[in-house]
Amino acid sequence: MDVAELVDELTIICGADGVVSDAAARRTYESDGLLQYKVQPGAVVLPTTTEQVSRVVALCYRHEIPWVARGSGTGLSGGALPVSDGVLIVLSRMRRILEVDLVNQRVVLEPGVTNKEISLAVAPAHFYPPDPSSQIVCSIGGNIAENSGGLHCFKYGFTTNYVTGLEIVLPDGRVVELGGKEMDAPGYDLIGAFVGSEGTLGIATRITLRIVPLPQTVRTLIAYFEGVGPAGQTVSDIVADGALPGAIEMMDNAAIGACEEATHVGLPVDAGAALIVELDGPEAECEARFSGVVDICERNGATDVRVAADEAERELIWKARKAAFAAMGRLAPNYYVQDGVIPRTRLGEVLERIASLGREYDLVVANVFHAGDGNLHPLVCYDGSVPGEAKRAEECAGLILQACLDAGGSITGEHGVGIDKKRFMTGMFSDDDLAVFQRLRCSFDPEQRANPGKVMPTPRLCGEIPGPYRQHPLEAAGIAERV
Amino acid sequence: MAKTEVRTETPATPNEAAELLRTIAADKTPLRARGGGTKFGWGAECEPGAIISTESLGEVKEHNAADMTAVLGAGTPLAVAQKAFAESGQMLALDPPLVGDAATIGGIIAANDSGPLRHRYKAPRDLVLGMTVALSDGTVARSGSKVIKNVAGYDIGKLFAGSFGTLGLIVEVIVRLHPLPRRTVTLVGESDDPKVLQAGSLDLGHAPLEVEALDVSWFDGSGRVLARFGGVAPEGQSATGRALLETAGLDVTETADDAALWTEQRDAQRAGADELSVKVSGLPGDLFEIVAVTKRLGGSLVGRAGLGLYWLRAPSTTHMDELRRELGAVARHCVLLDAPAGVRAEADVWGEPDPGMLRLMRAIKSRFDPAGVCAPGLHTGGI
Repeated sequence: MDVAELVDELTIICGADGVVSDAAARRTYESDGLLQYKVQPGAVVLPTTTEQVSRVVALCYRHEIPWVARGSGTGLSGGALPVSDGVLIVLSRMRRILEVDLVNQRVVLEPGVTNKEISLAVAPAHFYPPDPSSQIVCSIGGNIAENSGGLHCFKYGFTTNYVTGLEIVLPDGRVVELGGKEMDAPGYDLIGAFVGSEGTLGIATRITLRIVPLPQTVRTLIAYFEGVGPAGQTVSDIVADGALPGAIEMMDNAAIGACEEATHVGLPVDAGAALIVELDGPEAECEARFSGVVDICERNGATDVRVAADEAERELIWKARKAAFAAMGRLAPNYYVQDGVIPRTRLGEVLERIASLGREYDLVVANVFHAGDGNLHPLVCYDGSVPGEAKRAEECAGLILQACLDAGGSITGEHGVGIDKKRFMTGMFSDDDLAVFQRLRCSFDPEQRANPGKVMPTPRLCGEIPGPYRQHPLEAAGIAERV
Repeated sequence: MAKTEVRTETPATPNEAAELLRTIAADKTPLRARGGGTKFGWGAECEPGAIISTESLGEVKEHNAADMTAVLGAGTPLAVAQKAFAESGQMLALDPPLVGDAATIGGIIAANDSGPLRHRYKAPRDLVLGMTVALSDGTVARSGSKVIKNVAGYDIGKLFAGSFGTLGLIVEVIVRLHPLPRRTVTLVGESDDPKVLQAGSLDLGHAPLEVEALDVSWFDGSGRVLARFGGVAPEGQSATGRALLETAGLDVTETADDAALWTEQRDAQRAGADELSVKVSGLPGDLFEIVAVTKRLGGSLVGRAGLGLYWLRAPSTTHMDELRRELGAVARHCVLLDAPAGVRAEADVWGEPDPGMLRLMRAIKSRFDPAGVCAPGLHTGGI
């Protein structure tokens, strides 16, 4: 059935203002945060209740129509890229905070609530730690799908570490309750399987999260080094010393230059690397640790160490760092961002490889990264109007990911696989690994109508549930054996 | 009736383990995985024809001290791994009862067991970065990676954590390590009034402190709140914590020599002879009522006051239905852990599963263990 024929029924479910069928209006949704990819959805719905979501999904199920769920559309891997013959289910109108239980340190939310709103709702004594850079607009439903991290995840962990309950709509439209406010519901950890599944297992329509006390104090410094080598060593030394900083962020010379030009906060543009270290926690512990961190910076040859004297100075430091992606516009009209992760100890060699790839491809590659957990964000700058340059940038970015894999790392630390990185999955996982992923996928969605074409590198059928092992005639004859 | 013989196999590599699973599955023999055997009795009754021991999969394969990660064979005793990590001033932040140092990392993860450190460092599944599993069709598959931040692919490690061997065998895990606190200080606040215990533990849990562990206990009519602080200057935190506990009405003592105290606390999660131990999932604000039930049953209690997870020990004559009735609204889940064999056979170990969740679990089970040989019937809803 053509999706256009469903519009009347979708309108009965979601109301006239809850369905977008006009072609021009649908174009608004053709990309998520990764603008390289564009697909116009067959229809768009904006449900306001779990019941509406369930009925829309059940309708799609009956008519064999694929669908994609979308939150605020800030994802950077094309995870919410629509399908042209399917329905885009936008959850941004489900944005009620259903419960704030400060006594038990839980919040219950609809999926469209923004990440920042959660911390505001539990302030001033508590906060919700995972804080992706897009936190002002990104939705908790999207965070669940992507298992979002953020600046503070080295110390505090990721979305998955905070979810205690989910109400989900399965791909056949059924509603299932997993967990709740309490921890450790008997049974498989389906919440653990669902969080980070990139919208391929169902739609989270109600989310229960754990929140934690806000740290008593925060101390922040920015240190400059001649190069990324000594800055990287500083990170290792700080961690080896037993500190667990709230955040450790690094920028290389190209990134410093772009950020300074964009923000004018006074970064030294000739510095080889800048390292931001933030300690948070109880006052006595932070104080005792902080001077140690300053010492380590100096021991590693920091050319300058500036400690934020107050909140205003701290905000200035973070303003520069958070401007990094936007500031790349100063270096080139376009950029291609990667999200590879490497073991912290391989930082030096991988950065060297990235630099040599930049030279080889004659492209500026600026680096900003979450140094504590080895999550690199190399920004490959290019000019899309120069014929062939976009292609070159993409190729260079691909080789950077390969360098991360060669160092024993991962193709994505927080952006997700989506559509953009699925071709790299085979570099990280074997066929058997991928087949086991597919078993999980098919357990939730045997018809594969939820966010089709994402995550897995090649289309796979769910097929029949595999039967028991049967010996092959060649095996029986001793001619061949299984390996 | 003649008792059928249970054979035990001891594979030495992941591939050997997978091959064994495949051959055992081929003749439909029910099998169970076994590490140190310290939690082998947990779950609903399940009579295996074969046991796969992870004893020969028991080495610390890598300790990447500078990256603070490690690769462990599933059969590695946690105590052995901790000794190796401690030499570099590190730990795997996981401290369930070790039962004579026998508990293995694979068993702890498969049974989702944990101890007081869970307050700050979370559950076993949160410390697992990667996992290799062997399935009953002979597949060996890996998920996750050796880096501490990774969202590529589905999180099979979390699916297997707490699956009690019903999906396949955990053969290897990659874990994240943490620095051992340089020094620790523990506050012990005592009171025989459960309301005071609850007030004190809630106040501490809401304070802007970094408590390593926040526990509660109730034995023989008296209770304690225990709070451990670690780092380079733990006294600063403990002074704040002490004031909070005293204001709530507890009698507080403080000690830096606190290792035995915490071992005792975690070991009390396991039942003695003629006792049951039951894991209760409630909320921090329900402590008072859970202690009240413990008193009525003549039992004892330890738990994570900041998380709402409790381990209740009661006389083995206690009926699970009675216990669930008593706990009523304050405990959403009660799972029987330790029990004398006869009691387990009669008991509803897991409680009534949610039908929607059970459908999903069955779908997963049938795709991961199509032969249905991995610990059949042991888990929730007869999975």
